[in-house]
Amino acid sequence: MTTTDTNTKAVAPSKGARFTGAAANYIDERTSISGLVKEVGRKIFPDHWSFMLGEVALYSFVVILLSGTFLTFFFQASMVEVHYDGSYVPLKGIAMSAAMSSALDISFDIRGGLLMRQVHHWAALLFVASIGLHMLRVYFTGAYRKPREINWLIGFVLFILAMAEGFTGYSLPDDLLSGNGLRIIDGMVKGIPVVGTWISYLLFGGEFPGTDIVGRLYVLHILILPAILVAALGVHLLLLIINKHTQFAGPGKTNENVVGAPIMPVFAAKAGGFFFIVFGVITLIAATVTINPIWNYGPYDPSPVSAGTQPDWYIGFADGALRLVPPGLEFVIFGFTVSLNILIPLVGLGLFIAVVAFYPFIEAWVTGDKREHHIADRPRNAPARTSIGAAGVTFYAVLWAAASSDLIATHFYLSIEAVIHSLQALLIIGPVAAYMIAKRVCLALQKKDREIALHGYESGRIVRLPGGEYIEVHEQLDEYERWKLVSYNEYKPLMIRPNANGRIGVAQRVRAGLSTWFFEDRIAPVSSTDVEKSHDSGH
Amino acid sequence: MAQHDDGVATSDGIAVPEGKSTAAGSAVEKSHAREVSSGIAVVTADKLVNPGFPPHRARLTDTDPKKEKRAERQVSIWFYLSIVGSIFAVAAYIAFPIVPGDMASVRLNTLTLGLGITLGLLGIGIGAVHWAKALMSDVELVEERHGTRGTDATRARAVEIFALGNKESGFGRRSLIRNSLIGALVLTPIPAVVLFRDLAPAEDPVTLLKHTMWAKGTRLTRDPSGTPIKASDVTIGSAFHIIPEGLLGTEGLLEEKAKAAVLLMRLRPEDLNELPERASWSYDGIVAYSKICTHVGCPVALYEQQTHHLLCPCHQSQFDVANHAEVIFGPAKRPLPQLPIAVDDEGYLIAQSDFLEPVGPSFWERELN
Repeated sequence: MTTTDTNTKAVAPSKGARFTGAAANYIDERTSISGLVKEVGRKIFPDHWSFMLGEVALYSFVVILLSGTFLTFFFQASMVEVHYDGSYVPLKGIAMSAAMSSALDISFDIRGGLLMRQVHHWAALLFVASIGLHMLRVYFTGAYRKPREINWLIGFVLFILAMAEGFTGYSLPDDLLSGNGLRIIDGMVKGIPVVGTWISYLLFGGEFPGTDIVGRLYVLHILILPAILVAALGVHLLLLIINKHTQFAGPGKTNENVVGAPIMPVFAAKAGGFFFIVFGVITLIAATVTINPIWNYGPYDPSPVSAGTQPDWYIGFADGALRLVPPGLEFVIFGFTVSLNILIPLVGLGLFIAVVAFYPFIEAWVTGDKREHHIADRPRNAPARTSIGAAGVTFYAVLWAAASSDLIATHFYLSIEAVIHSLQALLIIGPVAAYMIAKRVCLALQKKDREIALHGYESGRIVRLPGGEYIEVHEQLDEYERWKLVSYNEYKPLMIRPNANGRIGVAQRVRAGLSTWFFEDRIAPVSSTDVEKSHDSGH
Repeated sequence: MAQHDDGVATSDGIAVPEGKSTAAGSAVEKSHAREVSSGIAVVTADKLVNPGFPPHRARLTDTDPKKEKRAERQVSIWFYLSIVGSIFAVAAYIAFPIVPGDMASVRLNTLTLGLGITLGLLGIGIGAVHWAKALMSDVELVEERHGTRGTDATRARAVEIFALGNKESGFGRRSLIRNSLIGALVLTPIPAVVLFRDLAPAEDPVTLLKHTMWAKGTRLTRDPSGTPIKASDVTIGSAFHIIPEGLLGTEGLLEEKAKAAVLLMRLRPEDLNELPERASWSYDGIVAYSKICTHVGCPVALYEQQTHHLLCPCHQSQFDVANHAEVIFGPAKRPLPQLPIAVDDEGYLIAQSDFLEPVGPSFWERELN
């Protein structure tokens, strides 16, 4: 080829390129979309495996929307009594609601219907699980600190909505298990003072179970809750873009930059590909593992129930709380019945999740730190936060285990009383022990980091000096590795000072107390002075 | 090594010389962050200095053209596999239909269709991720952060806009208008709340909750067949699930059943420790108790014949039938309500009356008359 040919090519683009250019121009002249591409097209996303957890949640939600839409074409959210006449022989002729009957038809008479039902259910379980893990990641790395406190709150709302979606969806097929779940909800609602009876009455459209609840839950499940969820999710992602993602400390990474892959093309390819992987894995599980076999449970009937009845796992903590309440907590006052055996779990769990929701604000108040934080903490470098998190996780885990108290008893040949009493004790002792252990582990790890940052690794190489002395040679870290160990924030307890009137307010005392609790035990990050000293000392 | 990808600083794709980009620590001085309180954070002067980016390490696919070619082939193989999977899924949909009544055909349909779709999805996913990791540039880019708050000028303009809005509308000044508007806005949603009353029928729930289908002379029948039971059918140690006669076929069957379900048990009379005022409620060691748990309403369906204990499978409340169904374990507080029973002329078990207290979970107005 001659030089002239190449030049001609450069000025006259190919047909395809001309078309792309014309199309882009057409759209931009009507939407000014080029501005958006310029803003976000090369936005940087930091990379870390734990940042995928939120992505899993997002993608499983998309899978839920897709599979759920398919299911709505076949599901009848009606409690009209029908006699089942589908392919599943054992239930032929049995009276059940249209909801249950259509759910069975989806499973046994529509090709791919069972697959889609199972994709929907598995994706829902993965959705709640990944949100939970994503929340733990954000919590333990302190990624909720300024400016992301509001986004934490929105994420918390998403978590609650996900559980509500799960519960309403679980109740729709109107099978024996879901009906029992609703019965428990009805009993709990009736236990609410003053308004409980009426809330239950209005919710069920009369007495339990009535013929309205499935239709009403359906409206919640496919319309109201998803609408709120999508809106909150949109804000969640918008704030993620505005705030930019956090990153872990590392060489070159600062609180003022973001280091990673640009959306175009690497992040888009990785994230887009990951969506297909999540979808594919969910489909693989759904194709091979049965979930919620409603045909085994049969239609809802208030009278029978099978042993080992359990809710879906994410509701377990609430069910466990109901089980662990001490006996006899119900009394009558002025003729009104107060069911503390229901109120204590309700209020207790309410307080627990309120602490979860507002923890970022509590911590911000204690530290008084008004700076923006974009570097994610390693959990060990915030011992108090990590230990409180460990205590919270333990509390949740004990309640969750309690939801299977009967199965624990039957599987391990224990008495149910022993299991319940142990779990009751664990619910109190467990979090305290977890707090103390986690704190010690964090401090020990910090000490180890400090040691390594200053003196390097033990290389295992023993050298005999001319004087006869044996020493082990320490392998020094390079400066990049060291930076990861020493780059973190440190706080010290608040010193109480009287205000202008010479007084010390209650709020300040509380804050000082909390800050002492948080930061009394701490390991200072290695400073340049420390490094110099350690070099002087000859290592 | 890293490239700066921030606004106009450098254009994309042109590698910045290494010397320039390693000064990441200098970004601290560059950004004009406002001075805000760091609270009780420890700020030390002798902090170690950020060493800047480590040198970039090339991948095998960057240096070895053969490896690059191989990765390229691998990516496209995954995409072709995806195509195979999607076609297979459609073929499976047709080739493995559901045969009515044949569970194996449902399983085969679900499995083959699912595996085809799985391959269709995973092929794209794995191919795309492999493409990104092996072939796309893995040079990390840097973007500067800017404080989240708007600039002072922007904020001043925002304040000014609100001030203008206030001035031009007189929102702050015309308090009569403002306060009446607030009042109106507070009241408008109230009709919407009232509208929800008819979610449930007109009756008072409390009255409904206090009554069940049981009445004087109602026969005890088996659940679910509805056949009546003679006292002589109930042998010692046996237990029956009971519904009232006439329940089947009634309007609102489940609502009635949710209140009227009963467990019938016969104990040896010497095992039965009855309250004096209820001595006439049983018949020859046969006692009938509500099956609906007094905790949150699950059916207390598990009867342990040896100990005469009833166990609720939902939250493990246990009731002692020998001692008027009092709670011996678990979160429930009240004993199961007892249904007074007798025997009619033909020897069938009948109810003496309705339950004398509301059955099922507690509610606020339960003890009110």
